Amino acid sequence: MTLLAEMTARAQALNIPLSVQLDLTYRCNERCVHCYLDHEDHGEMTTAEIKHLLDEMAEAGVFILTLSGGEIFLRKDFFEILEYARQLMFCVKLKTNAVLIREREAQRIRDLHVESIQISIYSHRPEVHDAITLIPGSLKRSLDAIRFLKSQGLRVIIANVLMTHNAQDFHGVRALGDELGVECTLDPTITPMMDGDRSVLNLGIDQDALRKVFRDPELIGDVDEFCAIAAPAGENELESTPCSAGHTTCYVSPYGDVYPCVQFPLPTGNVRKQRFIDIWRYSDQMNDVRSIRLKDLSTCTQCSHVSNCTRCPGLAFMEGNMRGPSSQDCEKSFARTGIPSANMIAKKRGGANLVQIRTLPALAGATA
Amino acid sequence: MSRLYLARNPRVAARSLDGEMMIMSGRDSTLFTLNKTATIIWQAADGATPLDQIVEQQICKEFEVEATAALEDAESLARELASHEILQISEDPIPQRNRLAGDTR
Repeated sequence: MTLLAEMTARAQALNIPLSVQLDLTYRCNERCVHCYLDHEDHGEMTTAEIKHLLDEMAEAGVFILTLSGGEIFLRKDFFEILEYARQLMFCVKLKTNAVLIREREAQRIRDLHVESIQISIYSHRPEVHDAITLIPGSLKRSLDAIRFLKSQGLRVIIANVLMTHNAQDFHGVRALGDELGVECTLDPTITPMMDGDRSVLNLGIDQDALRKVFRDPELIGDVDEFCAIAAPAGENELESTPCSAGHTTCYVSPYGDVYPCVQFPLPTGNVRKQRFIDIWRYSDQMNDVRSIRLKDLSTCTQCSHVSNCTRCPGLAFMEGNMRGPSSQDCEKSFARTGIPSANMIAKKRGGANLVQIRTLPALAGATA
Repeated sequence: MSRLYLARNPRVAARSLDGEMMIMSGRDSTLFTLNKTATIIWQAADGATPLDQIVEQQICKEFEVEATAALEDAESLARELASHEILQISEDPIPQRNRLAGDTR
């Protein structure tokens, strides 16, 4: 067990929110085709409100603070907020498209001792990356920024979301990362819009593409191990919690709304009306999320993948039931192992039943 | 013997978890946890209070240990923390005002 895993386990036992993502704004200078946000400003927290929140978070025991958006550098007070966060000794991570980072900004980030800067890069080809961000020249600006940040000795991570537009380009992005001396992450998950609109999911890659990704040793290491069929879940596993959302992590929107995770839009309170720690400790919704154990999952407990599924409770919530399956993760388990999930089988059976009902003679007679 | 002054390195990230400090090195993001003695030293490392005073006023009281031996151990601990760039040590007081903000100018 790593020291961080040990600390996380202690934080969970003590009910401490060890890690928080705070979105400073939903405004953005890019218009990524797969983005789940509404980019209008509906009343962002002021500088004073954010500083007050940071005080409350430090007092609550938050250690890792991820500042994200929207595009964080669109806030004129961004460096004032960052400097304040570092004075409170948070371990600060940034998520940005980096378009607005030039040499001067890179130097200030270095001077404030930020732990890492995660930058979205979708392709090594400008025509593909810029077609996703809908901003011509955006790849060049982001890559220039990575070079500025690297020249300051900063840790940069490329985040690549895989979708139909760039499904062929992940090797190119990795090669680019190697050339720049930065780490790369790859995520095939497309998140529904925060207002529930799921049309954006059409951009997700299909089973064939997913299978190729999961069988690529350069990406996942030992393919046999990664794609192995899980052993049945033991009693201890069934008593475990599905993920860290609401246990050691949570998310705060630019309007002060607190959610279990950025991908779990269940409102639990608002820091403009309540203290952060009170929402964390006493919100009924947060405690409901916290009460869920693997054994409580309605369909997943019957599934052969239950012990090593990447099931996201937030995606399940957006499908209608936070104790239910997350179809995107069912697809991932299927792509890894070739074995359909209990949810996929149930859906298929449901479809077959509907066909059967139409052909039943008694029913046909009744409707005649 | 010269006095030793300690200051928290502004490059690190730090938070107390159940009374013990969790510290992430600014050099390479290595995570450390400090035991109770090291946590007392870290929390008292204001750049102005000499280590012998921290030992006498806090460590000896907390753990009922003899001052000379405790100071030796504390010095060794402080130097180890300094080697990981968690603490800064000096034979002179270390100014603290706006250290992080000063970096950004």
